[in-house]
Amino acid sequence: MARKVKLLVGSKKGVFILESDERRRSWRLAGPFCESWPIRHAVGDPRDGAIYAAGGNEWFGPALWKSTDGGARWTHSSQGLAYAAGETPIKAAWSVAPGHGRVYVGVEPAGLFVSDDGGASFSPVQGLRDHPSRPDWQPGGGGLILHSIVLDPDDARRMWVAISAAGVFYSGDGGATWTPRNKGTRADFLAEGQRYPEFGQCVHCLVKAPGRGDRLYQQNHCGMYRSDDGGETWTTIEAGLPSSFGFPAAAHPRDRDALFLFPLNGAEQGRFAPDAKPMVWKTSDGGAHWRGRSAGLPQGDAYFGVLRQAMATDSLTPAGVYFGAASGAVYASADEGESWTPIAENLPAISSVESLVVEA
Amino acid sequence: MTILRDDERAALVRLPASLTALFPGAPRVVALPADNVAALIDALDARWPGMRDRLCDSTPAVRRHVNVFVNGARAKLDGAVPPGADVYILTAISGG
Repeated sequence: MARKVKLLVGSKKGVFILESDERRRSWRLAGPFCESWPIRHAVGDPRDGAIYAAGGNEWFGPALWKSTDGGARWTHSSQGLAYAAGETPIKAAWSVAPGHGRVYVGVEPAGLFVSDDGGASFSPVQGLRDHPSRPDWQPGGGGLILHSIVLDPDDARRMWVAISAAGVFYSGDGGATWTPRNKGTRADFLAEGQRYPEFGQCVHCLVKAPGRGDRLYQQNHCGMYRSDDGGETWTTIEAGLPSSFGFPAAAHPRDRDALFLFPLNGAEQGRFAPDAKPMVWKTSDGGAHWRGRSAGLPQGDAYFGVLRQAMATDSLTPAGVYFGAASGAVYASADEGESWTPIAENLPAISSVESLVVEA
Repeated sequence: MTILRDDERAALVRLPASLTALFPGAPRVVALPADNVAALIDALDARWPGMRDRLCDSTPAVRRHVNVFVNGARAKLDGAVPPGADVYILTAISGG
């Protein structure tokens, strides 16, 4: 059965969808969708093809958008996507993760909601809202945001979330209770002697390696890390990379040892690629060694950054790798990151890129 | 433009295009009886479920970058809507 790849691009001015056949040589662009609302994250559910887009409009507030026909028609809802009266209202939905028949949504200010009716209505994941550390959560540069939701594909009770700048939290009971999982990750912005707190780290992106097992990777404000025990402990994997700073991380669809990163020159150095020469860095051994790949990427005077949700892989063989830049360009690799081609160049600032492989 | 009102006590409410675009079939002008802005937005929400969430946050308050004008004066949720009032719901320039 022939398949096609849809790239779901969340941008400052709506969702765009790039579509290609399995060869991934030519792409067609459609959009903008979602009434050109700012969209932080758009993701597809490979089980039914539904597309979800999390965003927030300065006029009309947060909402989760949904399309069940490939992007032609969209509905939106924020029913129940709200904190209690008197609390700081939700500004935007930042992340969305469908799985196990539910749809999880992360919001700003940081919190997690869940929908049991396909995104029509939401209820708070109260266990995280009530976590005793919450009053001490501090916002990062992008706000106090819950930006990464990682569901265990084999166990509906297990999930991880990442909050800037509160760190990684884990629940093994469907969200009823949560524990911080940040041991071994640094917080260089805290005072000397306090740089390995229980929570408060500025995690930028959290992803799970494929297959069974508890391997996680994270790009942090202060380093790149791997965990082989579901986040109980973290090991630095930044040796061999050009910096310890960046935003996105993308796991390989089948190889648990392969990871793609886009290191930037530093938190206080402009946040663009070192020497303004963008390069995607890949490890094939769990972070022990790294190789930078730049073929097809501009190699000079390129000052764009790539945001935390704006890099993804697809499930084809060889795996496709994609990233979207804040400059509005989308780059694609059909050979596991070895070479790159721009497939869109003038979109609005890109917040997120995800892939969806469906039957043609 | 002349808008006919079956109920002369109803307020004539103008909605922004960026709002009606979110609710298929919603008109730009609608006549609604309501005593205050909150009741008026409740009436909008009853006709187009979800419209309250677009206009109000959970404080609860009219959203920061949405303005409601009743007979030319900016109004909050508890603002009175006199019989036959002219109501404009506008997106603020600050939100664009």
